[in-house]
Amino acid sequence: MAESLLALRDLRKHYGGLAVTDGVTLDVLPGEIHAIIGPNGAGKTTLIHEITGVVAPDSGQVVFAGRDVTRLSLPRRARAGLARSFQITSVVAGFSALENVALAAQARAGSSFRFFRPAASERALNEAAMAALSEVGLADRAAVPAGALSHGEKRALEIAIALATQPRLLLLDEPLAGAGPEETERLIALLTRLKAAYTILLVEHDMQAVFALANRISVLVYGRVIATGTVAEIRANAEVRAAYLGEDDA
Amino acid sequence: MMRGVWLPLLALAALAIAPLAGFSASYEMTLMARAMILAMAAVSLSFLVGGAGLVSLGHAASVGVGAYAVAILDANGFTDAAQVLPVAIGAAAIFALLTGAIAIRTSGVHFIMITLAFGQMAFFTASSLSAYGGDDGYTLYSRTEVAGARLLENRLAFHYICLGLLAASWAVASMLLASRFGRVLRAARENAQRAEAVGFTPYPYRLVGYGIAGAMAGVAGVLLVNATEFVSPAMLSWQRSGELLFMVILGGVGRLWGAILGALVFVGLETWLAELTPHWKMIFGPLLVVSVIALRGGLAGLVAPRHG
Ligand SMILES: Nc1ncnc2c1ncn2[C@@H]1O[C@H](COP(=O)(O)OP(=O)(O)OP(=O)(O)O)[C@@H](O)[C@H]1O
Ligand SMILES: [Mg+2]
Repeated sequence: MAESLLALRDLRKHYGGLAVTDGVTLDVLPGEIHAIIGPNGAGKTTLIHEITGVVAPDSGQVVFAGRDVTRLSLPRRARAGLARSFQITSVVAGFSALENVALAAQARAGSSFRFFRPAASERALNEAAMAALSEVGLADRAAVPAGALSHGEKRALEIAIALATQPRLLLLDEPLAGAGPEETERLIALLTRLKAAYTILLVEHDMQAVFALANRISVLVYGRVIATGTVAEIRANAEVRAAYLGEDDA
Repeated sequence: MMRGVWLPLLALAALAIAPLAGFSASYEMTLMARAMILAMAAVSLSFLVGGAGLVSLGHAASVGVGAYAVAILDANGFTDAAQVLPVAIGAAAIFALLTGAIAIRTSGVHFIMITLAFGQMAFFTASSLSAYGGDDGYTLYSRTEVAGARLLENRLAFHYICLGLLAASWAVASMLLASRFGRVLRAARENAQRAEAVGFTPYPYRLVGYGIAGAMAGVAGVLLVNATEFVSPAMLSWQRSGELLFMVILGGVGRLWGAILGALVFVGLETWLAELTPHWKMIFGPLLVVSVIALRGGLAGLVAPRHG
């Protein structure tokens, strides 16, 4: 599996007696949208945390672009090209939408130990930020404080922030959660557009969206990957239907 | 950002005019100098608290390190600003960097307690400097000289130097917060995980910010010891740090210039009440408490509500 962009090797994580990640081995191939589905509490968010460095696994390896990043911190993995959104939206509420994204662009544009020039007057940063905001359909909300955006807009903003870091892999933790029907439609259209340009690891409960977007799906139950396959394979998998889709498929 | 900024500008203008408009009695000049110097220290603390989210309860120690640097140089015959300023600023910055390197690894209440502990450590160190007066403090032989001239002994010149440096520290702190560096500090204050998730490790930014604020406090210390021609360990005590923090909160944490208003009002009230009654502290304390509760955004919040 030399060609996989992200390779998880036998990752394990316990919280007390609870095996939240129980021997996960998984590959994300360049260019694919790889969805992770699974019931509440299956350990999906924890897995994203382990991949991005928010949480350290007890054992196992995270290999990103051929490099073992298991021991790297969140910021160092971000600089290596891992960008993420959070299940609970995480933006700088007091910054405008534009400044949130410009901050991310700044992380990619040379040293930030610069003390004299106002960051808000740096055209290259603003242009990169505006481009990312346009990409997610937030261009006309650029000046609005992030804290005042609607829930769906904040989700889109998080994606714009991730894009502005010029990631090699996007990890999106339930980007559709809590968005209204219209916002959901817009976000799905956005993810469809991003599919052409980015490799994405997508955690999502919305099965319709997952089936429409994903190239491959891994099913996580009680910290274990019980199946990985194409959309058709996963839909046809009896174990998966029993463990998870049963309730959701109706 | 710019809302309400006329108020501190007005205050600075008033301070500029005051000596020419009849407020030139010795005690008035002394009072104004003290207010301006404390305002400068408060601005540097506000940069930390409101900008970087680092609530230090040991900031007076940095002021004191700057002041003691002047005293120690004075005792050894160095009084020229060209020598005194770099040494005092450097000493205050190094003190802040060394203590900050440890304190910034913690957060919240732990950070407050550790800065308090370092402040007290500096206080006791100063008390033990028997060559420089120990507990009793040290009286300068002469004020700091500027290019060989006894400029600071001229009341008016000293007034305008304090005013100029106060304005400069406000300008510098504003510039820093608006810069790339400041943007990282502000983002990490509000949402550290977000800053980390885009690739910033907050620690080095916070540490540099802490060092810069320490250096600015050191400048205030140089002026403070020159204003009174005296320094004692009391200048470094946690009570002084608490007062600085209080000025910042009274003025409004969200704006750097709030600290200027906070310091001026604090010194003004303190002086006025002390004239009214010998039991002024019994009024001053509760008044401070009430003002913090009543003024949520501080004085700055009165003229510039946040997110307005
Ligand atoms: N820091 C923690 N300490 C203890 N238990 C934790 C911690 N974080 C998560 N857990 C537990 O680990 C399990 C997996 O949580 P996780 O958030 O990864 O699930 P998830 O698949 O993302 O769920 P959801 O679909 O609800 O988002 C849950 O039972 C949760 O309570
Ligand atoms: Mg989750």
